[in-house]
Amino acid sequence: MPHIICLAKQVPDPETPAAQFKVDEAAKKVIPVPGIQPVPSQFDTIGVEAALRIKDDVADTTITIVSLGPDSSRDTIKHSLAMGADEGVHINDPAVNDSDHWATAETLAAAIKKLEPYDLIIAGRQAVDWDMGVVGTTIGEILDLPSVTIAKDLKMANGTVTVERVLLDGFETVEAPTPCVVTVSNELGEPRYPQLRQIMQAAKKEVKTWTVADLGIETPQNRTTLEALFVPDTSIETEFIEGESAQETGEKLAVRLNEEKLI
Amino acid sequence: MASGVLVFGEATDDGGLNPVTAELIAAGSNLGGPVSCVLAGTGVEGLAQECVAAGADKVIVVDDPILAPYQGDAYIPMAERIAKEVDPSVVLMGQTMMGRDLAPRLAQRLGTAVAMDCMVLSMDGDQLVAERPCYGGSARAKYKINGTPQMATLRAKATEPLAPDSSRQGEIVKQEAGVTADQVRTKITDRRKEKAEGVRLEDATVVISGGRGLGGPEGFKELEELAEIMGGAVGASRAVCDLGWYPVPTQVGLTGKVVTPDLYIAVGISGASQHMAGISSVKNIVAINKDAEANIFKASRFGVVGDWKEIFPAFKEKVRELKSA
Repeated sequence: MPHIICLAKQVPDPETPAAQFKVDEAAKKVIPVPGIQPVPSQFDTIGVEAALRIKDDVADTTITIVSLGPDSSRDTIKHSLAMGADEGVHINDPAVNDSDHWATAETLAAAIKKLEPYDLIIAGRQAVDWDMGVVGTTIGEILDLPSVTIAKDLKMANGTVTVERVLLDGFETVEAPTPCVVTVSNELGEPRYPQLRQIMQAAKKEVKTWTVADLGIETPQNRTTLEALFVPDTSIETEFIEGESAQETGEKLAVRLNEEKLI
Repeated sequence: MASGVLVFGEATDDGGLNPVTAELIAAGSNLGGPVSCVLAGTGVEGLAQECVAAGADKVIVVDDPILAPYQGDAYIPMAERIAKEVDPSVVLMGQTMMGRDLAPRLAQRLGTAVAMDCMVLSMDGDQLVAERPCYGGSARAKYKINGTPQMATLRAKATEPLAPDSSRQGEIVKQEAGVTADQVRTKITDRRKEKAEGVRLEDATVVISGGRGLGGPEGFKELEELAEIMGGAVGASRAVCDLGWYPVPTQVGLTGKVVTPDLYIAVGISGASQHMAGISSVKNIVAINKDAEANIFKASRFGVVGDWKEIFPAFKEKVRELKSA
């Protein structure tokens, strides 16, 4: 009975229109926009999809979703359960809900240890809020597991995970023994969308809630300090090229760029 | 007392020095140095002098077939050992396939942390201040690392290399990889390059990119023709790569390639922040888009609002005419 653990984080919606994306520089936080709900981090949802594709082939695979965050993170777990995952673990503790990546990795690693035995840990390649891309690999290091990153395809059979990774200018196939950590990228494909029936079934699936005390560890400490968070001023004055016809506009653009020696 | 900067240089697959190496050395020098540079791989010994010319005070060559191609388990023992021996104040790697993988593992091993994909590094006293994009490129964050060494990975082309000085002296030493095959738990069973025709995106002085506004993969033929006329390269937005309209290695953006051409022409691209993160240092962006409110125009020096299908062919032909004049 293979057991896969998927890490899933809830983040502010990255589709938030640029005009509404604002930062409270004093608090060093993004200002939530009324009416725009937080969402599961996209690469983590792709990770759940990767696990479900394994479960499509091996029906008795169990998928556990683990999410660290405040009350609202429960929605991210519910979405993953509606996609087809089996159970959830919500780590909800003010001592770590806002931790940096290092304390987060320690906390998640401790939770994962409590969920032994497992064959595979899947995470997104980076969370789409901080884009740091370290938690998956760091958990692998803490648990002394091999990690394979930036997967576009993932298969598991006979104690081996076979990953196709995206390289800068191509692809590579890597095998790793289970248990291991794999982080996934968008090239893996579209995650399945839950149907209404599955959303209702998900309500019956178990979600445990843990605090740091339940993990049997000292509260993990941050190793970094966020000094500043700001929106860079990148807007510039755009020169719009116009013409009597599309053809003329195209030609004027070329002439203008040539004047600036850009051609 | 931790001091100096340790950088992890890289060789390319075809035996040259990856340009990020000179950038890391320059960054280390700008932070105050001295700079020690690890050069790991196979057949890399001959590149050590180039690292000295680029500004490294010491080059630690670790030359072993087990180190190519990169696998984390093969690199971490020597990386940890060297970091402890050199005892630097700062450790830098490139935001490359190697850096993305090795930096967090090494940071965890050393009980410290790493700030990834940094665009600006500076010192505040003896503390590193690392500035990096986040929220898909919509925001910037500045971090300090509480532990030692203070680690960061650097975005490619974010730092000017120093002028190479072939008369520069530096210490070159050799060290063992210190790892055996049975300690490497992963196995690479296949590797395939998707070789793009013509100029590499990362090196191109002109990049013409297509997005969903092209309406379909056929649109890219027009962009390819212009690229040929201008000696440039063709890029793509993540949306169209996900749709299979253009190859994955051409994706420009936060999780794709960061490009630094003199001219970037965005056709049918809305300008989502994660795409803009791939062109954040480009000085001359030209956008052609049907939507006057498209985000891409906020960063464009020149813009055309309209249907690319009607505008682009005339633009292309005029460019052809002006270039042959």
